[in-house]
Parts: sequence; C-alpha cells; structure tokens
Amino acid sequence: MNPNSLVTIDDISKDEMLAILKEASFFEEHPNHRILEGRVVATLFFEPSTRTRLSFETAVNRLGGRIIGFSDASTSSSSKGETLKDTIKMVSNYVDLIIMRHHLEGAARYASEVTDVPVINAGDGANQHPSQTMLDLYSIYKTQGRLENLNITMVGDLKYGRTVHSLLMAMRHFNPNFRFVACEELKMPVEYKDFCDKNGISYTEYTDFSPEVINTSDIIYMTRVQRERFSDLMEYERVKNIYTLHNAMLDNSRENLRILHPLPRVNEISQDVDDNPKAYYFDQARNGLFTRQALICRALGINPLNIKTNDD
Amino acid sequence: MMTDKKELAVAALQAGTVIDHIPSSALFKAVKILGLQDMKTPVTVGNNLPSKRLGAKGIIKVADVEFAEDVINRIAIIAPTARINIIRDFQVVEKRQVSIPERVVGLVKCDNPKCITNNEPMHTVFNVTDIGDDRVSLRCHYCNHTVDNSNVRLL
Repeated sequence: MNPNSLVTIDDISKDEMLAILKEASFFEEHPNHRILEGRVVATLFFEPSTRTRLSFETAVNRLGGRIIGFSDASTSSSSKGETLKDTIKMVSNYVDLIIMRHHLEGAARYASEVTDVPVINAGDGANQHPSQTMLDLYSIYKTQGRLENLNITMVGDLKYGRTVHSLLMAMRHFNPNFRFVACEELKMPVEYKDFCDKNGISYTEYTDFSPEVINTSDIIYMTRVQRERFSDLMEYERVKNIYTLHNAMLDNSRENLRILHPLPRVNEISQDVDDNPKAYYFDQARNGLFTRQALICRALGINPLNIKTNDD
Repeated sequence: MMTDKKELAVAALQAGTVIDHIPSSALFKAVKILGLQDMKTPVTVGNNLPSKRLGAKGIIKVADVEFAEDVINRIAIIAPTARINIIRDFQVVEKRQVSIPERVVGLVKCDNPKCITNNEPMHTVFNVTDIGDDRVSLRCHYCNHTVDNSNVRLL
C-alpha cells in the first residue's frame, strides 16, 4: 500500500485539494515539463474509457513519462482468467505508477492494497472517480475565482450519478448552497442528504428546473438522464425533456454562471447552448488534463511548483 | 416424565458458555459463525423461546468451551443484543453483552454483485458505521455498499 495512492476523493484533504488546484493552474500555464523523464506509467483500462484514458495519457506525455498498458481487458491476461491481484503484482514490477479503470466497484482500493506502487483510480464501476471530481473543483475555482459560498445546482440523474455524489462530498469544505433538481425516480439518495445535514450543508430539492433556480445559480451541473435507469419507461418519456437546458433559459441568469457537464452529453443540454459564453463543459474536459498532471505529480511525490519554468 | 424432559432441555452447565438473547432470526447464523457444527463437546441450541424484549429469542449452550473474545464478538454483527455467560463450577462467573467490532474481516458477504470481493479470491472487509439498539450497519470497505444486520449474508 502506497500512501500516495488516490482511490477516493476522501484521500485528499482540504489543504491538499487547494494545493492541487494551484498546481493544475501552474500546468495550465506551463503544460510541458519533462519531470517524468525516465519514469514509466501503466494505464490499465480493464473497462474502455477513451476520454479518461486519453486525458491521463496526454498528461503523462506532456510530463515526459513513458506509458505501457491496455485500453480493453480483452487484450490483457484477465481475459485468460488472471486475477486482478496477479495483474497488478506483475505490472508493479515494471512501473512507477499505475492508473487504472475497472468495471468492478472497489477494484482500485484492492489494487492499492496489493502493491507498493501508487495507484490512481480512474473510475471503478459506479463507485469512485476522484480525478473527475478534482477537475470539477478546478473548473468551479477557475470560473468563479473561489470555492466558498456558491449556489450550485445539480440537475438530472442525482440518484446514480457518481460525479454529483463525489462533488457534493468534496464541496463540504467550502460551505456550498446546493439545489438538487431531479424527478422522483432519480432524486438525491437519502445517504447524501444525511451527509449534507451532518456537515451543515444547506440544500433544497426541486422537481422543476425553473427560472427561479437557474437565475440564482453560480454553477449548474448537468448530468445525463439514462433510459436504463427507469423501471417505468412511461416515466422516462415524461421526464427526459423536462431537464433539458436550452439557451433561452439562460437569458436572465447571473453573469458569473457557468454550465458544467461531465460529458458525454446526449440531449440534456441543447446544441444552442454551446455558443453561449456560460457553456463551460468543453473547457471543463480540457481542465482534466491539467488536474491530472497535478494528480500524477502528487502520486509520485513530486512538487511541480519547485520546478524552474524557464524551459517552457 | 414431562418434568424430566423439560429439565433435559435446559440442563445446567457445569462449565462452558451460554449465549442468551439472540434474536430468533439470527440464531442459526450465530451457530454457523461460532462453528458449532464442528464441536465435540455437548452443544444445546434452543430457538423461539419467549422473550419480553425480543418477542422470541434463541439460546446456545456450549459445554466446556470458553470462546476467545474476538470470536464471540463476531456474532455481535448479527445479534447485537446477545449476552454471554461464562459458567465455571455451575456458577456464572462472568456476564456481559457482546461488543461490536469496528471492522469485520472475512465473515460477511457483500450484496453488491459488482463488488470486487464477489469477483476475486479475497477476504471481505466491512466497517461498522452505525449501531442502534438492535441494529448494526456495515459498510463494504471496497465498494461502499451498506448492509444491515437483519439482511447480512455470511460467507
């Protein structure tokens, strides 16, 4: 077990979060540094995820490291029945860092326990995806200039959406005011509302995505409403368009409002929003690169702020 | 004759352990956790006995055996109300409530089919998160799913 492993967002303290945001902003200004020269990083994607893998691999490449790995479990020996433990043990012989994605929940925790090489969880089933949470925090910080005292509206699938759950937990340090907008079937689960109550976080639940909510938001975090989540398909047909954001709905919104979405988007944000300067989801994905550069440095115990920047 | 039979069912122990106030629904799980099926000394198991507190309770008597504390505390997860009586020379020399451990390793099955513990040859680990009067919540250390004592499945 390596103490620098990142399995859940809870592994990062408030101070560390703030340090990572600073480092991400450093990498945004100076993305290319050969600080991983001579290091080898494994990207083990037991479950395909092109977006996340490309973002991590670009981060390693821009830091001058080398990459080994696979992007699909069918090309790894797990398709021959090798256990996760054996795969991790074997790869640990070769690399300085393991970045892994797995369809089973808890896989990254277990992997981090069977090796001394640091492990970064790039998503384990519906469980945790801490680098997504860090890039969300960075996007909020960058667009608002602060993390404290913001009105954050979460819309869509609040029941199964792991990104909203992790973001909610990470924001506990920053006195947010949450609004949860969802239909009955996809409401924020009780355990997360209990979490808010225990941490003194204020929240209000809505079933309407109303102008009143939109016009008082600093951040609107949209999520995809997936058909397969519904036991009642009539209910899906009824709600699928209720939580769609159209450009006209932003007419009286705050100047500082930004629209976030973890992507991929389907129809919950209409195309006409894309040209609105308040649409931030593509920049948000780009922020993932800088945040992941910072997280890779954290995992390897490197402080990038100590590096001279004259080699840019 | 009736009296004899009754006495036989509740025969006093000379030495050993009596576990009382086990919820009826948890009795056979407790039997399994303690591995009573493999014991060689006399074991008496009673169930659905009247109880003011629990409605119906189970009781286990094991002659000549005193369980290690960490072994007996494993049943606390399914029977937090259970009371342990240690008998020596026909006397109760110690009486205590089971105490719930903070962490439960290799005992409970995670009910999330997508949990890594159900797909790899490994021990399960649960952290005890919430303790009520007769309720215990366990959270899987790996996938974070929560189970409570009333629907715990044993490995």
